[in-house]
Amino acid sequence: MIVINLLGLVLIGFIVWWFWLYQPPKQRTNKGNIEIEVKDGVYTPAQVKVLAGQPFTLRFIRRDPSLCAEVVQIPTLSVSDNLPTNQPHDISLPELAVGKYEFHCQMKMYRGVIHVVEDE
Amino acid sequence: MDKSINQVEQPALEQVLQIEGASCAGCVNKIEKALNNVPGVTQAQMNFADRTASVSGDVKLEVLIQAVEQIGYHAKMAATEDEADTLTEKEQEEQNYYQTLLRHTWIALGVGVPLMIYGLVGGTMTVTTVTEQVVWGLVGLVTLAVMYFSGKHFYFGAWRSFIHHSANMDTLIALGTGTAWLYSMLVVFVPDLLPLMARHVYFEATAMIIGLINLGLAFEVKARGKTSQAIKRLIGLQVKTATVIRDEEEVNIAIAKVQLDDVVKVRPGEQIPVDGEVISGSSMIDESMLTGEPVPVEKRKGDEVASGTLNKTGSLLFKATRVGKDTALAKIISMVKRAQNSKPSIGRLADVISAYFVPTIMIISIISALVWLNFGPEPQLAFAIAAATTVLIIACPCALGLATPMSVMVGVGKAAEAGVLIRNGEALQTASKITTMVLDKTGTITAGSPSVTDIIVLDDRDESRVLQLAASIESHSEHPLAMAVVSSAKEQSINLVEVTEFNAIAGQGVEGLCEGEHLLFGNEKLMTQQGVALDQAVEQGQQLAQQAKTPMYFAINNQLVAVIAVADAIKADSKAAIARLQSNGIKVVMLTGDNRDTAVAVAKQVGVDEFYAEVQPQDKAAQVEVFQQAGEIVGMVGDGINDAPALALADVGFAIGTGTDVAIESGDITLMRGSLHGLADAIAVSKATLTNIKQNLLGAFVYNVAGVPIAAGLLYPFFGILLSPVIAGAAMAFSSLTVVSNANRLRWFKAKQH
Repeated sequence: MIVINLLGLVLIGFIVWWFWLYQPPKQRTNKGNIEIEVKDGVYTPAQVKVLAGQPFTLRFIRRDPSLCAEVVQIPTLSVSDNLPTNQPHDISLPELAVGKYEFHCQMKMYRGVIHVVEDE
Repeated sequence: MDKSINQVEQPALEQVLQIEGASCAGCVNKIEKALNNVPGVTQAQMNFADRTASVSGDVKLEVLIQAVEQIGYHAKMAATEDEADTLTEKEQEEQNYYQTLLRHTWIALGVGVPLMIYGLVGGTMTVTTVTEQVVWGLVGLVTLAVMYFSGKHFYFGAWRSFIHHSANMDTLIALGTGTAWLYSMLVVFVPDLLPLMARHVYFEATAMIIGLINLGLAFEVKARGKTSQAIKRLIGLQVKTATVIRDEEEVNIAIAKVQLDDVVKVRPGEQIPVDGEVISGSSMIDESMLTGEPVPVEKRKGDEVASGTLNKTGSLLFKATRVGKDTALAKIISMVKRAQNSKPSIGRLADVISAYFVPTIMIISIISALVWLNFGPEPQLAFAIAAATTVLIIACPCALGLATPMSVMVGVGKAAEAGVLIRNGEALQTASKITTMVLDKTGTITAGSPSVTDIIVLDDRDESRVLQLAASIESHSEHPLAMAVVSSAKEQSINLVEVTEFNAIAGQGVEGLCEGEHLLFGNEKLMTQQGVALDQAVEQGQQLAQQAKTPMYFAINNQLVAVIAVADAIKADSKAAIARLQSNGIKVVMLTGDNRDTAVAVAKQVGVDEFYAEVQPQDKAAQVEVFQQAGEIVGMVGDGINDAPALALADVGFAIGTGTDVAIESGDITLMRGSLHGLADAIAVSKATLTNIKQNLLGAFVYNVAGVPIAAGLLYPFFGILLSPVIAGAAMAFSSLTVVSNANRLRWFKAKQH
């Protein structure tokens, strides 16, 4: 029983680390158009890195017909758009200040982050 | 006035072309060059990523398209995507998705239901003999096939989410059904590893859960389609073709090809295709679809018409003033869509919970399994597996996530149907809490088109001469009262004379020179300051004011010659609408620049709770602030132009428009028609929506907070109750359906009749 209990605790520790504490590796800086696939519950890529002071476009291609994937929101930029299925949908964003800008579906199951960084 | 300024200041025309056939970046230069060579083009720039070209310059669209086609590409006008087509496509896709989900449901239930019935009628669901091993092994394989055909999207979704360090509803379903299946297969293959009592198989649970969740999703697709009916109705107002006059001939062209300044013809019974200004003909236009105003409005030369409205009686020719995405209808659609997708702050807690929800449920599931293993009765392992699976399956992040957006979607759409445009979810939430409503008198309580009611001449001058001079000086002013005097002169065909050295004295009146005489026209304050003796005219002025008329004094060479009264008729339904607001417990306050006597008269007629007279336009914002400091949640109603600071400062700014000439973007909430009933409607819809959101959130919270511990087996020690995973699957599938259906109830909401 001790082994099973320990296994259970390890599993809980793993869940906490994997879903909450894990830090994604550094991304390459994206420029211009960034294509994001909306499929199977995830945005790919979910982490987008762009330079501050440069406008860019997020091009979403929704492959998931489920209603969860229907809307993409960037709350801090007051963006809330409906995504058509299997067609690109562009969201042109202005020059942004350095910071993190979350984007997600209405239910926050699909989630991603735009990292706006200084020139490297 | 504003419109003519806009036309004069309009920058060089920019048109956006959608380019087809440009497959390489090298095409960009070629296309840009071709467009730049078109005479009249000042700049052409192509965006290869979008396959669009922006062209500046006063050139006809056809010429640009021709230039692109000459070099072997295709072009069409961009940014006029046909919303109706997109909608039909979306509906078709939703229908396909619905059919797929139903197919998944029948396959899974086709296996799950017989198995469940077998269990219920006393069939053995345990594995003790080799025959049972073989039979249940085959059933296990059939279940695996069901998992693949009907549930692979859950498993693929869960896996893709997992490798991206994310978890969602798929994760819970995949883990729950996967655990049940794997455990059952363990029982089938190595039953001896497990105690006799724990050799129970859960294949029926796996198949039933997959079937029920697919069924729940299918119902949800249907129900969610209904939540966007309001926007569908608006999109349906956009017509596909228009009749334009080209080279003196009527041509029927696609709506996307109608350009600014095209002359458009509409016959009785047809819808107006684009916004425009009538150049000939007259007709009654039904604007109810945009403004909620049931009575058709007469339109004649010079009047504006809006796309989507219905031409009822006569033929009209009008000049297109706004096309494509610039029409009032297109802006309304885009605003409603944006607002429908926005969330009020009440939903924020659910958002925070949603982000942590799934991993938390996974942890609770492990803890419940450990508790059963450590402290549970025999067979501990079977109990632990059942409890862990049930916890995973019953938890429903979707119900929480859907609670707010579904209600906002229906509420905002419902408001739009009544001619109330709500900018975002936050405005909706605040509007439901308003305690004080501040109304500007002119144009809000009154019609905003004052007319001259009395001219009392005090010397031997002729009345028409007095009106001529007064109108001549007032023709230089833009004040609504001044316009009333000018209109009155025009109605009597009195010609105006030249006025020089015109000077407007803010909040008081005007002065100027005419035919060698000094003219002074304005209120009592102006006369007193300029040293004009009013004598008994003050009394006459007061009498007029007590009849809700605004007295103005006219002096020539500092001698009072006339008292001219102007009245702005109170809108027929203002009193009833104000009473509706008051019955909702809202204090109604009137602000007016008029003198106290006029204010008292109007206040009495419409029954406001408080009023403030002689308020200068710049003081309105300060007045709003006074109420806010007293702890009131203030709604301010204004015309959106003069009242901008007060509208911005108020907790909710209501911009009131008449007809379609409305500053859609100017307030938190825009009332498309002049009636104050729109205010009461807006508040009623907001309250109903907020109540609906609260019901949804409460339902979703209670469901998850109560469901998860019950699933974990909390009731077992006390009452011997343990949920079956199948019941959990059904509950989960129908919890989000309940939320969507409750939001749909809002569609039947009706503001009290007025």
